[in-house]
Parts: sequence; C-alpha cells; structure tokens
Amino acid sequence: MRIARLLVTLFVVGGLAGHAAAQGRSDTLIVVTESGPNSMDIHGVGTNRPAYQASWNIYDRLMTFGVKTLPDGSRMYDYQSLKPELAESWQMAADGTSVTFKLRKDARFHDGTPVSAKDVKWSFDRAVTVGGFPTFQMKAGSLEKPEQFEVVDDTTFRVKFLRKDRFTMPDLAVPVPVIIHSELAKKHATAQDPWALEWLKTNVAASGAYKLESWKPGMETIYVRNEDWKSGPLPKIRRVIVREVPSAGNRRAMLERGDADVSFDLPPKDFSEMAKAGKVAVVSHPVENAHAYVGMNVTKPPFNNAKARQAVAYAIPYETIYSTALFGRGTLVTGNLIAVNTFGYDAKASPYRTDLAKAKQLMAEAGYPSGFETTLSFDMGFATTNEPMAVLLQESLAQIGIKTTINKIPGSNWRNMLLKKEMPLYINAFGGWLNFPEYFFFWNYHSQNAVFNTMSYQNPAMDKLIDAARFETDPKKYAEEVRGFLKLALDDVPRVAVYQPNLDVAMQKTIKGYQYWFHRQLDYRQLAKD
Amino acid sequence: MRRGSLLRLVVKRLAAALPALFAVIVVTFLLMRAMPGDPAVYFAGLSATREAIEQVRQKLGLDRSLPEQFVLYLRDLARGDLGQSITTGQTVAYEIATRLPASLELTLFALVLALAVALPLGILAATRPGSWVDHLSRVLTTAGVSLPTFFTGLLLIYVFYYLLGWAPAPLGRLDSVWSPPPRISGLFTLDSLLAGDAALLGACLKQLVLPAVTMALFVMAPIARMTRASMLGALGSDFIRTARASGLTRGTVLYRYAFRNAMLPVVTTLGMVFSFMLGANVLVEKVFAWPGVGSYALDALVASDYAPVQGFVLTMASLYVLLNLVIDVLYGLIDPRVRIEA
Repeated sequence: MRIARLLVTLFVVGGLAGHAAAQGRSDTLIVVTESGPNSMDIHGVGTNRPAYQASWNIYDRLMTFGVKTLPDGSRMYDYQSLKPELAESWQMAADGTSVTFKLRKDARFHDGTPVSAKDVKWSFDRAVTVGGFPTFQMKAGSLEKPEQFEVVDDTTFRVKFLRKDRFTMPDLAVPVPVIIHSELAKKHATAQDPWALEWLKTNVAASGAYKLESWKPGMETIYVRNEDWKSGPLPKIRRVIVREVPSAGNRRAMLERGDADVSFDLPPKDFSEMAKAGKVAVVSHPVENAHAYVGMNVTKPPFNNAKARQAVAYAIPYETIYSTALFGRGTLVTGNLIAVNTFGYDAKASPYRTDLAKAKQLMAEAGYPSGFETTLSFDMGFATTNEPMAVLLQESLAQIGIKTTINKIPGSNWRNMLLKKEMPLYINAFGGWLNFPEYFFFWNYHSQNAVFNTMSYQNPAMDKLIDAARFETDPKKYAEEVRGFLKLALDDVPRVAVYQPNLDVAMQKTIKGYQYWFHRQLDYRQLAKD
Repeated sequence: MRRGSLLRLVVKRLAAALPALFAVIVVTFLLMRAMPGDPAVYFAGLSATREAIEQVRQKLGLDRSLPEQFVLYLRDLARGDLGQSITTGQTVAYEIATRLPASLELTLFALVLALAVALPLGILAATRPGSWVDHLSRVLTTAGVSLPTFFTGLLLIYVFYYLLGWAPAPLGRLDSVWSPPPRISGLFTLDSLLAGDAALLGACLKQLVLPAVTMALFVMAPIARMTRASMLGALGSDFIRTARASGLTRGTVLYRYAFRNAMLPVVTTLGMVFSFMLGANVLVEKVFAWPGVGSYALDALVASDYAPVQGFVLTMASLYVLLNLVIDVLYGLIDPRVRIEA
C-alpha cells in the first residue's frame, strides 16, 4: 500500500516537473531521432547518416545552395543556384579549366583563428586522400588529386579541373567538402594518423553556425549557436537538443504531447495518421533522384531474358503496394525511372502497369509458360515498408506462375549481398545527392558495374548515351541523350521502379523555415520557433 | 577461521573461473567472425567500391589471418584495451563503464520492486493455497510473464505519459534539463543521494519508475512461483510440524523457520533472474531509450561491430562468475549446513 502511494506521488511529481521542462524556450529546439551521430568527422570510416547532420550544422563549406519555394508553399534547396558560404565570391577562369574562390575575411573558426586558404587546401586534400565515402563523393565531381587544390594567397583558393564536369561545382556544396581548422587538427595528428582521423572523430575544429556543446553518443547531442558566425544570417535558434529515442511510437507520442519539436523517421502509417489528425504539421517532399524498385539479376536465367523481366514489370501490383505498404506517402511511378523532380521526367515514359494477362503472355513468349521458382530478397532494416511490399509482390507473381520464397536479409548483411550480386530478385532503393538524370544512370546502369548497378546490367549502347550526356554542352542533344537512355532502360527493364519515396518530417506548428535538403538532414540554421 | 575459509573459497572459485572465461573469449571471437555480416562492407558505406572496402578492411585489421587477429585481440585485452566501437565511435571500455551502471541501476531497482511484491505474494499464496490470494497471485504472475516487456512498456508509456501526463517522457536516465550527479558509483540515484541532491534524486527516480515497473512485472512470476512452491514444501515438512506442536507463534514458525528454509531455491532463482535481466532487457531499454548495455550490444551485433560484442560478452561472463560466487556465499549465510567446495 505504502509502495503504491509512493509510486503515485512519484508519478505526480514527475508529471509536473516533466511538463515544465518540456515547454522549453522559444529559442531552444528539441529534435527527436531514431539514432544519433557516431562521429563528428564526415571523412571518417563508418560515419553514419546522423553524423552528416552534425557535420552540416557545425562545419562550413565554401558554397551552399539557394532556396526555392514550391507551389504548395513549402521550401527546398535549389540545385541550380550556388550561394556563398565561406567563400564570398568565385570566378571561373576564362578558359574554363579552374575556379578561384575568395574567402570571407571575417570568417573565424570557433576558437577565433581566421579561416585561411591553407585550411581549405588541407581539408580538400584530406577528403580526396583518406579513402572510402568522402573520396568517392569527391571523385563523383572529378575532384581526385591534391594537386588540383592550390593556395593562391591567405584568402584566395583555386580548384583546377581535371575535365569539364557539370558535377564539379555542385559537388563542392555537398556535405563532404567541409573546411577544417588545419592547425588545430594537425596538433593531434600522428605518424600513423596524419589526417587526425582519430581526434576529429570526437572533437570539432570547425567554423560553422553551431558549436557542439555536449555529445553523449547513444543519448543526446546538444548544439549552441556560434554568435560570431559570418557565413550567413545568424540562426534564430540558440540551442538545439537532439535526443535519441529509438522507439518510433515514443517519438510520435512526444511530438503529439508537445515535448518534442521535430522528428523524421516515422513509419509511413504514423505520418499519414498525424497528417490527418492535424495536431502537428507534416511536411513532405518527394526525395529527388530516388526510387524504390524491384531488381532482377540479368546475368542468370530466368532474368537474363528480357521478356521474363517485362512479365514481372506487368505483374507488380503498383497501386496496392502504394496504398497498403506505403500509405500513400510517396509518388507512384509504375516503372518510370526519372523522378518527378528531376530533369527528363516524363509521366508517360513507362509502358508498364498492372496487367496480369499481358504478363502471362510475356511469360509464355519468354519460354516459361508454366512459370519458375525463385527467391525474393529484401533488407530487414527497412521491413516496415519492404515486408508488406514483398508479400504483395509474392502474391501477384504467383498468379503468373512465378513461385517465390521470401528471403529476409538482416541490415548488416544487406550491402554484402548487394555487392555479391547473386540475388535473383529483390527489393531495394536508391537515392542520389546530385539531381541529374545522368548521375543516376551512371551509378545504376553503367557497365562500370558500381555497387548500385545491383542488376549487373551491362550494355555498350547504354554506356555511350550516359557518357555522352555526362559531358554534353548542347542542351538539345543532352535532352535527346537523356530520353535515349531512359527508353533503353525501360525496354530492357533490369529493374522496375515502383514508387518515389517521400521525405516526411513532423513538427510543431510553431516551427517555421523548414526546408528540404538533398542530404535529407535537418538544417538548424534555417529554423525558427514562434 | 571462517573468514579464512571464505577467502580461500573466493580465491579458488575465481581461479577456477579463468578457463571458463578464456573459453568465452575464444567462442565469442569465433562466433562473431562466423556470422554472415561483413564489417568492412558495412562500415565502408553505401557507395563503397571494392577498393574502398579493402581499404576499410585493412584499417579494421580484418585482412589479417584469424590466429593473427586473435593474438592481437589477446594482447589488447592483456593491456585492458577492449577495442573501439565503430557504430558509436567510442572505446568499448568507456561505453561499458557508462552503460553497465545504467543497466545495473535499472535491474536492481526492478528486482527490488519485484521482490517487494512477489515475496509477500508467494508467502501468502503458500499459506493459503486455493484462496483468492493464491488465485490473484497466479493471475498476476501469469499476466506479467506472458505480456512481452515492450508491450507492457509501451502500454505504461501510453497511459502514464501520453494520456495522463504523470510520467516524464521516456528519454532514458535523466531529462536533459538536469546534469548527472558527480560520478562515484555510476548509479545516478545513489550518486545523487551521496551528493545530497534531493531534487536530482527525484528526477532520476521519475525516469526509473516506468521501466523498472515494466521489468518487475515480467520477473515477478518466477520469483513468486518459486517462493510459493518452496514455502509449501517447507510448511509441509516435519520440522514445521514440530515447531507448531511446540506452540511457537505463527510468525516465528512462518518467518524464522519456514521462510529461511525456503530461501535457498528463491536465491538461486534470483541469481538467474538478475543475470537474465541485466543482459536481456534490450526491449525495455529500446522502449525507454535507456542507455544500457543490452541495446548497445544488440546494435553492435546488428552492425557486425566485433569489439563491442566481444567486450559485452566478456563483461557479462565476468559478472556471472562474480554473481554465482555471491550467491554461493549467501547460501552459506542463509543455511550454515551448506558447505561449498570450490
């Protein structure tokens, strides 16, 4: 009895104090997230996605992207306009072989040291040298060698181009090329670790809009505004608390009770219900250059046969998957490979739809009138949408004689399985940072057979079109080449796009200024709280 | 004399545990490497090329032969270095040192709570078999054990946090407006008590209540059932009949004679329950965002991050050795007839 009374008292006291804390101040933002950063260094090995958010807000880059307002009033970054960040201006060389940046003279690192061109060079040298993801991403913009980066004077920095590549300039505004305080970092470098990878993992040497106040991995990260930030308008939010709440149900409960301000990463069902209930604001953007697809390995029977692949494309229950697995949180694309907000989008490009009669006929033409057996694999890490999608697909394929066994693969092993390229039939997704169709096709359909070309699709005609488009200067020819590789990919159909996912975010109605970023992380600098 | 034999027992038992611990080290090491995931692929990131993966493999030291890796691992262990977690970016020793107290605190709290309810319930049920108390105990314990902890946890959060607003948001050990007490034991409640900070103690307790109740509900069942069964056995035995015939009071018979004799199996159960709770309450930790060792090890396992899993298993194995030792010593204290040979 006494225990019961004690418990009740504790609950009541808890309730009162809990509320007082939750009200918060108008310049403090409380973000809840499934998992937090595992590093403060975007160049590190195994740096996870939440760490991009930390890096994006703590570090500065030379340039950033502009903002545009969409017809529905929501805001997103504008990939066609580059804006100054640490660089106040830049000038292309007349011959087009280099670009020269002028750095802000008033820019300071968090410890007060002025930002200089040698910091930029050290940081870029680091990104192209350390290997792994940062080096790969730099290479995607033809930024490959330290010799390309030149210190002209203290505040002037030059990037020499290896080739004319339209990805080079935007690639300097993605999260990877951050500017690091080189003197500070070098103090912590060792002979085995010349780039101070070890130290920068848990320490910050940055000049960005937010400083790291405290970081408890697995629990919370707290940021505080850098009052001396000059690389953009001073952010309105003074303090940002990011709490890790692994349970999606709890994140939703905290939002609805007003104890949290913002959350990404909820199951589509929750977003759909919250949008209907209207208590909190749900903002959605179709993720650029992205889709969820059904892939087929073209190197082995039965999917080395284009007719069999087309049969699958006609047997996918697009609408059902869209409404029951995704709860409509995305864009239905029924086979179309170029996303709605990417150059070259054509709503009528794809011939595919759910047509079982046609699928059966194609199966017969392919030489499989009585069907075949295969396995259908998916990544358990995304089971919320993948699992119902796989079941619906299995059911539909059974009707045209394709008997599938569902193979659930744990998240840790999924990349490994993709890399082996042995799964005959699988569900997967892709999203590219740079919003160009040839960028997407280069990684997904080119014979270089990158890990994203999960189908092992190789076709010289395809390569020719992609390579031509990549360095095309004539807009008319470019459009033609884009149409060309799209048509080829649709005819050969090694993969079938099913939907383009949304980036959904739920937040209090008092939060203003949210904008969609291609990296799908929250930019604290633009937010304000009424 | 007694103290000497106790010391000998402790030393002998610890020495005997060494081969077992070594076996644990070997088995964990091999099992981790036999798992299907490839850490080099995982940590090289989505966009990794084959060369990038090989670079990562080299950095992680996974390009060496298994015996070589094992020797390196043993060398680090001998230096007290448990390695580094790639998923969280911290050293394993640091993570375990911060997370083990969190798990311990929660487990101890839940255990005390469970004992406070289950022991009286078990005794009452045993003294009145077939009565309403007995039935109530059966219903409570069956319900407790058959509801999965994540369900009870979410239900409690829904009612006490979401609907009633009595409990604080399920955000781990301490709301972010507070800073943790100066670290002495690592248990926030104990440390804030030692620091004499009542308000902080209150804040820690508030966070503890819901997860502790969730876990207590789950482990009440084995404790209550075991108490009831062994009390029934004790109450039916000859010495109790003799005690009753000698005219001893009900309380003396029940507590001094019956309960003390019934304690042995209960303590054994407690030991098992405790070790189970410490490592296996992943779901409770996940639901309440509790930064414990269980969820840490699970996340590492999913990412095929070797060092944390190896460190976790080794820590747990060492704890079990200690726990078993404590229980054996307790045996001797409860029942002087028990002689333990190492």
